[in-house]
Amino acid sequence: MPKNPTKSKLTNHPPLIECRNLSKIINQQIILNHINLTIPRGKIIGLLGKNGAGKSTLLKTINDLIVPTSGQVLVNGQPIGATSKYNISYLPERTYLDKTMRVKDALKFFTEFYNNFELKRANRLIKDFGLNPDMHISHMSKGMQEKLQLILVMSRQAELYILDEPLGGIDPATRDYILDTILSNFTDNASMIISTHLIADVERILDEVIFIDQGKILLTASADDLRNQHHTSIDEIFRQQFKH
Amino acid sequence: MLNFNFINDRPIYIQLVEQLEFYIVSGKIPPGSKLPSVRDLALAAKVNPNTMQRALTELEDLRLIYTERTTGKYVTNDEKLITKYRKKFANAKVKIYFNDMEKLGFNTKSALDYLKSKGGIK
Repeated sequence: MPKNPTKSKLTNHPPLIECRNLSKIINQQIILNHINLTIPRGKIIGLLGKNGAGKSTLLKTINDLIVPTSGQVLVNGQPIGATSKYNISYLPERTYLDKTMRVKDALKFFTEFYNNFELKRANRLIKDFGLNPDMHISHMSKGMQEKLQLILVMSRQAELYILDEPLGGIDPATRDYILDTILSNFTDNASMIISTHLIADVERILDEVIFIDQGKILLTASADDLRNQHHTSIDEIFRQQFKH
Repeated sequence: MLNFNFINDRPIYIQLVEQLEFYIVSGKIPPGSKLPSVRDLALAAKVNPNTMQRALTELEDLRLIYTERTTGKYVTNDEKLITKYRKKFANAKVKIYFNDMEKLGFNTKSALDYLKSKGGIK
């Protein structure tokens, strides 16, 4: 059941995200190459590719932070804009937190900025992750800052969560805990795109995978169907696919 | 609580089916009992709810569980059916035993005698 049914949703149920013939060229270099992609509702999708494959550029384009050279992104059948941004909770690859803030200031900021921010959920997660609300962000380690940022992003009630490399700075022992947190705080019917190169750590929670290379979509498939077909893990399939 | 373990080399939903099947035939999830919600089962197994749903659909096709339209999913009361699946697991174990013993140089009879000598069979 869609949370905010709009007219278009009731009439023809457009996909959550649709990328139509999306290209991005920077300095005569093709970063995204005619990308056609549909993101359905209620799925966790892995966006998998090597460094420089175009993962972050694609995610930024979906978030309207980059204007495509050609093609377009539709969210619920509508061009991206204020409504789509409200419904997409985005964790960028680099931290954007104001380092002069304390944890509780960041919580206050998010509460004021986003109507759909759930302070209660955030406070619970802060406690679960052992972060201290009075701590200065500038005094926190890289891993702690990443955790805080993930908590902020996951505490919004959104239709789509986009996590760009959410585990990069997080130690392996904590990664599983973070994935469990993602699973248990994930609203039914919402979708999530996780870009990562730490495939082995993430693959158990994925419904679908997208392989991207040199700005092109190489493959979109169900994770379990791929394992069945190749008799091996997504991680291994990826390594074979992109062998040098 | 139910424990689940997965390897990434095989479809997760198939491993879920096998492990839930085992919990049912071993009585850890008793006949006729109500299953937790898909979401709670997914959390217990640390998998995506869609993957858990797929596994439960498979178990339903095997008639090991059934859905009451309003109240949820239940384990079958059909003891014969459960026995049938229990035998399937037992057969697989026996097959592994004889295969492994064969690799160690036993034939079927000497492997059986060895098992008896260990008090495994009266």
